[in-house]
Amino acid sequence: MIFDVDMETLPRDELEPLQLTRLKSLVERVYYTVPFYKKKFDEAGVHPSDIHHLSDLKLLPFTMKQDMRDNAPFGLFAVPKDNVVRLHSSSGTTGKATVVGYTKRDVRNWAKLMARSFMAAGATHRDVVHNAYGYGLFTGGLGAHYGAEELGATIVPVSGGGTKRQAGLLRDFGSTVICCTPSFALYLYEVGLETGINFRELPLRIGIFGAEPWTDTMRRDIEDKLGITAIDIYGLSEIMGPGVAIECHEAQDGLHLMEDHFLVEIIDPITGEQLPPGTTGELVITTLTKEAQPLIRYRTRDITSLNYVPCKCGRTFVRMKRVTGRSDDMLIIRGVNVFPSQIETILLETKGLAPHYQILVKREGPLDMLEVQVEVDESFFSDEIKGLQQLESKISKNIKEFLGVTAKVKLVEPKTIQRSEGKAKRVVDLRGQS
Amino acid sequence: MRVDQLSIFLENRAGRLAEVTRILSENKINIRALSLADTSDFGILRLIVSDFEAAQKVLKENGMTVGRTSVVAVAVDDTPGGLHRILGILGEKKINVEYMYAFVHPHESKAIIIFRFDRTDMAIEVLKENSIAMIPGDQLYMM
Repeated sequence: MIFDVDMETLPRDELEPLQLTRLKSLVERVYYTVPFYKKKFDEAGVHPSDIHHLSDLKLLPFTMKQDMRDNAPFGLFAVPKDNVVRLHSSSGTTGKATVVGYTKRDVRNWAKLMARSFMAAGATHRDVVHNAYGYGLFTGGLGAHYGAEELGATIVPVSGGGTKRQAGLLRDFGSTVICCTPSFALYLYEVGLETGINFRELPLRIGIFGAEPWTDTMRRDIEDKLGITAIDIYGLSEIMGPGVAIECHEAQDGLHLMEDHFLVEIIDPITGEQLPPGTTGELVITTLTKEAQPLIRYRTRDITSLNYVPCKCGRTFVRMKRVTGRSDDMLIIRGVNVFPSQIETILLETKGLAPHYQILVKREGPLDMLEVQVEVDESFFSDEIKGLQQLESKISKNIKEFLGVTAKVKLVEPKTIQRSEGKAKRVVDLRGQS
Repeated sequence: MRVDQLSIFLENRAGRLAEVTRILSENKINIRALSLADTSDFGILRLIVSDFEAAQKVLKENGMTVGRTSVVAVAVDDTPGGLHRILGILGEKKINVEYMYAFVHPHESKAIIIFRFDRTDMAIEVLKENSIAMIPGDQLYMM
């Protein structure tokens, strides 16, 4: 089922004029209300009256995360502060925190986009939604919350933490949909098993997973273990939060971007040039309808590609590929670009390994050393040294073959790699510490 | 004639072996025989214990990766040439020994050798045909 049939199936020759109208009005609005944009446009020698076609988007300057930090907390607001009804903030782990404001209409639009997302995932008003995204400044919790209410489903606002209690709640409330990070889903599953709860026997049928990179192999693992359909959701707090794009359960092949609200491009992260459809590069988003804090050509740092082939679900929105990495999380190992998700794919495809791994980057003398620690799992444990050593060398051979870097693979005992209740820490870069 | 052996994955760090012996001792499980294979990073501890099921359960509960391996226990006269005769017979049949370890019979003047073969069933057949005494699991665990 489709929540907003009129918009989600709008023919592209009607969608694009709508995007252009919205873009023109947006550019004019930010130029006259946000000094930051006026200055940037003037410096780039572009004026709102220069925008005649969607292709003129490339005339506009990019907005970076640093711009949001520099102008925090309220410097990028395009409405008087009286009109802002909510503030969210992203974690300041990589620098000063960024702030995002929403007007009443922004909050409503967000709820509608999340309701669309739930329905694309296969959920309806009859579902019970276990929402394990953190509630608070992080956009995941409240984003999913209001979306589920907009849909008319029953929301269980569990938030993060208390894993054992969560497994019990999931069983007792008979939740049919779960929202959390993919790594938390697997963690919850393990904790459930330890307390005698088998997810396959529960009514749970859909998982909506986001907020961290994962792979198709991990999806199959989750689907198999939990007995559900696992759906990928995409969003980022700077733009809005979850609900920017979602997979449809019909195809599970790429995430439909909500193009009536977001204008998207793929660029070369180094040169900033727009890339042709289908090419892999960095996703850039322009918010077409955001009132409180619109963003022009925001560099998401997420690496993906766009697929314009019509989808069997009937939605006309372009599909973005699962995010395969971040241009700023990219590890450069002896001059080779490596994304942690690529290593995960290799691990999972090597021999049904449990997706519990950690990547260590060290510097030994002048050389970067990549070490991949993988937890030993009963499914492939062998009583013979040679069996385990063959596995180690097979993984390192595959990494060498597919990524072109030499990695030392080290098997470690189960549960030695830290399990998180939020985002999994996959990469430990020790190069700066020597 | 198969004997259940516990195989445990251990990282090569101080205290990991002691963790296994602590768990077994707290659960009153006796070790009959053991061998440890090691590499620079990890080791595999192989144990024959007084109660396989109980040992497997408590080790797993403590988060260890535990495997069950079928091995064969052979009683060999504690005299020169005793082991050589057995290996000769197996070698003729092209049965490979993956690893083995031995301990002395607590009551008789015999050595007990634990074999891990590449083809366990065939090895048992060959040993039987040559009237070589094997010790069944239940007897070994209680020895």
